[in-house]
Amino acid sequence: MSAKASNNLAMVFIWGGGCVTVLILVAIIGYVFFNGYQALSLDFLLTKPQGGLSGEGGISTAIVGTFYLVIVTLVILVPPGIGAAVYLAEYATDNWFTRIIRYGVETLAGVPSIIFGLFGFAVFVTVLHFNFSILSGALTLVCLLLPTLIRTAEEAIKAIPRDYREAALAMGATKWQTIRHVILPAALPGIVTGIILCVGRAVEETACLYVTMGGSANMPTSLLRSGRTLSLHLFYLAMETNAFDKAMATGVVLIATIIIINALTNFLSRRFQAKMSGRA
Amino acid sequence: MRGWSCQSHPRTVVIKMSRYFIDRTAKIVVFVCGSISFIILLAIATFIVIKGLPVFSEVSIPEFLFGTQWNPDRGLYGILSMIIGSLFVTIGSMVLAVPLGLACAILLAEVAPLRIRNLLRPAVELLVGIPSVVYGLVGMLLIVPLVRQIGGSGFSILAASIVLMAMVLPTIISIGEDSIRSVSHGYKEGALALGATHWQTIWHVMVPAARSGLMAGVILGMGRAIGETMAMIMVIGNSPIIPLSPLSQARTLTGNIAVEIMYAAGTQRDALFATGIVLFVLIVILNSIAIIALRRGTAQHVS
Repeated sequence: MSAKASNNLAMVFIWGGGCVTVLILVAIIGYVFFNGYQALSLDFLLTKPQGGLSGEGGISTAIVGTFYLVIVTLVILVPPGIGAAVYLAEYATDNWFTRIIRYGVETLAGVPSIIFGLFGFAVFVTVLHFNFSILSGALTLVCLLLPTLIRTAEEAIKAIPRDYREAALAMGATKWQTIRHVILPAALPGIVTGIILCVGRAVEETACLYVTMGGSANMPTSLLRSGRTLSLHLFYLAMETNAFDKAMATGVVLIATIIIINALTNFLSRRFQAKMSGRA
Repeated sequence: MRGWSCQSHPRTVVIKMSRYFIDRTAKIVVFVCGSISFIILLAIATFIVIKGLPVFSEVSIPEFLFGTQWNPDRGLYGILSMIIGSLFVTIGSMVLAVPLGLACAILLAEVAPLRIRNLLRPAVELLVGIPSVVYGLVGMLLIVPLVRQIGGSGFSILAASIVLMAMVLPTIISIGEDSIRSVSHGYKEGALALGATHWQTIWHVMVPAARSGLMAGVILGMGRAIGETMAMIMVIGNSPIIPLSPLSQARTLTGNIAVEIMYAAGTQRDALFATGIVLFVLIVILNSIAIIALRRGTAQHVS
């Protein structure tokens, strides 16, 4: 085969690969929307699932459960996450200790969800007696999301130009004053992007919550009550009932949420990058 | 504390000290925050090992790892079928995803014009974002019936590999794209100047130069495949048998934990934690290889 012909053949293969990838995405989203939109209605969003094997009812408690879980998770996650990012970006010098910490973050990021679930089940559910509850789920989720937040927040802090630091330090600010009043405000949009990314992952996550949240279909009225998220609800519908149309409708809500979250992170991070490169 | 004992100008001293006191406290607080992830990693490893080890007083380690029977009712705790199950779906998904992911990475890094790239990249990001239960649901209702046409119940290694392919594709694509993009421009221009076609340049120059990063992407994809739980439970059938064909049902290590942990007690629960140890060790090894490969990749291009 001539070089030219093999070149053309390869280009066909490469473009074909791109098309297949897009096709997979379109197929998944199209299939879920096409099969789910009929069951979707305001009523579906606002009524409570019946629980049990029938799969009747809506998804109101799952929506509340998701919100509840995300908020509790963020409250626990954000302070130490940003703290760790500040440490890695501003304080850490290149020594064995920093390398260990970085290895910890990188490895933790790759640990599968179900292992976090086992850990949460052993520690939060059993040893600390939080039982199957929103709190157990949230604490497990915090462990899982910490590396994501640390990495994105660290990138955001590192993107702040050196001049900012030097100007603040030259005016007599301490290192912490510089960080608190100059660097963190400037890095805020980047950090917020990271937080929204975590919200997205919290909405997707199922395995670690399946073994820590209990999956009650009732309204979670306190931190120590069992509950279910939208993803968990979908799983229960698909595995324990025949209400596949309702599972699909839940899938539509989930995918729509993820699309909104992705659009938001893209928008924010583009603005942040433009701002940083404009001022640098 | 020294500031409080200095009485000459109490107010200014307090303000000054507090400024430096806060600075020092902040450093300590931030340092503690920094160590949390490593502490969590250690805590996970410790807890799973402590909870899992007691099983080895009932069954020996070789019996556990290489036993072909998993039947808690009869006291049989062999996880070989799950290890093979996890291995097969991982290999299956890689066979499907690597060529596709590589093609897509090359397309994004080298071939596609900016406009197409700006369309493709959000699509890849969306593939990452779709919850694994949605993949599982589509797998159950679309892929499983298709596989049933070929033979068997449809709940199978093949169906699981197809679902996993879609899930690991974005990992391979995005890391692959980054590593091809980071190959120095001189390589590409050199090859083109020697009269190589675009494809010859990509295949014989850029891809070999980016191989550490490409490897890292594939290994991280494998990690994701081994770790995936919910979608696997939904499409693989969960029978703890050694799968002898792609159409056979199987159970993965992750599925074993998730399916039984809620009602397991005693030795069975210990055995599930021990399954977690095996999974954890596998993942840590894979991730460490990927981290080293990625670092070597960046080091090469800097030098």
